[in-house]
Amino acid sequence: MYRWLNERLALDSIRELMSHKKVPVHSQSIWYYFGGITLFLFMIQVATGIMLLLYYRPTPTEAYESVQFIMTRVQFGWLIRSIHSWAANLMVLAAFIHMFSVVFLHAYRRPREMTWFSGMALLGLILAFGFSGYLLPWNEVSYFATKVGTDMAASVPAVGSYLARFIRGGEDIGGGTLTRFFGLHVAVLPGITTVLLLVHVVLVQQHGISAPPKLKRPVPEMPFFPNFALREMMAWYGTLAVLGVLAALYPWELGVKADPFASAPAGIRPEWYFLAPFYTLKLIPAHIWIFEGEVVGLAGFAILIVVWCLLPFWGVKRPRWVAGAGVAFIAYLATFSVLGYYR
Amino acid sequence: MEERRGFLNWVLGGGIAASVASFLYPVIKFVMPPDIPEAPVHEVNVGKASAFAADSGKIVKFGNKPVMLVHTSDDQWKAFSGVCTHLNCTVQFRSDQHQIWCACHNAFYDLNGKVLSGPPPRPLDQFDVRLKGDDVVIGRRA
Repeated sequence: MYRWLNERLALDSIRELMSHKKVPVHSQSIWYYFGGITLFLFMIQVATGIMLLLYYRPTPTEAYESVQFIMTRVQFGWLIRSIHSWAANLMVLAAFIHMFSVVFLHAYRRPREMTWFSGMALLGLILAFGFSGYLLPWNEVSYFATKVGTDMAASVPAVGSYLARFIRGGEDIGGGTLTRFFGLHVAVLPGITTVLLLVHVVLVQQHGISAPPKLKRPVPEMPFFPNFALREMMAWYGTLAVLGVLAALYPWELGVKADPFASAPAGIRPEWYFLAPFYTLKLIPAHIWIFEGEVVGLAGFAILIVVWCLLPFWGVKRPRWVAGAGVAFIAYLATFSVLGYYR
Repeated sequence: MEERRGFLNWVLGGGIAASVASFLYPVIKFVMPPDIPEAPVHEVNVGKASAFAADSGKIVKFGNKPVMLVHTSDDQWKAFSGVCTHLNCTVQFRSDQHQIWCACHNAFYDLNGKVLSGPPPRPLDQFDVRLKGDDVVIGRRA
């Protein structure tokens, strides 16, 4: 059987390729698992997303009811939806841990700049998945989160109103927005993400796994297959266990159906990964010099994101700056997220 | 010969660019939502005055826009755009503070629509309110 397949699929050459791949072994090797964990959670999202598609209906009159139907009438529907929601959150967390591990291990340096850029683009896509998927149950919280989010786009100078109209599919959040976000969430983003993920993985394969520059050379290594791959499988299994526990013990709530003529409820806040910018916007005063505070805040975020993405260009010769910036970034995210949650 | 090749490259490149533009133009036009003209709304009867208790506020429909109608404790009627000028959330009346509040970023407006605290850059747009018999009528301010 193997011989028959090998003759047609050249399995030996793949085995040969895998046998050359090595993974550095050192005290920080644990951080290497988070890229794979993010990939694993993405695969879970694709599988559970396809299952939810069998029942979900993307219209304002039916979206909320169809999710309610999934959760109350479809067998294990509550579990599949809960896994989809929890895995989305864990995927964001794993992607952030993966990004910070790359930063602190200085793995963005030559020749891995393109791997860093593709990774940052993938992180942006993961957040876009979160934002677009959040609206789909058409509940109160998601409705106002989308209102705020799309209104931020409207603040962009010159093209803001066109951009907001394009994203909303009309003047206000409505059926046009829902179908647009649905299309984006289930077709456009998965397509782009799959291609970019392939590029990212091929680049990792091409350049190998980076060892921190401080380590004495040669750095001890282990074969990727089977040694690292089996360990990664165990990490995936552990992730699955955490996901299962969270999804089963804390089923994701549906909330109240969106009503465009209801006031935003007290205590409204976005998902945890948008809490830091949310709280920052709360603190910025109405006007800063001649500009509206909100425009200044968004411009500040845009500049910080661009500087962060260009890390390989300014960080290679300044590893201490990079470590400091990484610590400051984590401190900002942690502090403002906690404040955004409680205040 | 070189000149002819350059000319052909230019024609070919220009042709490809023009054809790509001709494919992209309808795509871009397609993804921009069409303008759907709405019938202009100047006045809306929002119901009986007795339905709005003193010292309360309620979101009512003004065409397809939310409007905050406030019946003050001293029997005045006021109406404002229900949309916070910060990031578009729908506001609510806080009877404990006698103010209009946006829960999204914790902004407060007074009962003239003026920003008291929080990040909104502008006051709320005001509407006219009049009583027609027992009916409350909201109108766009000229």
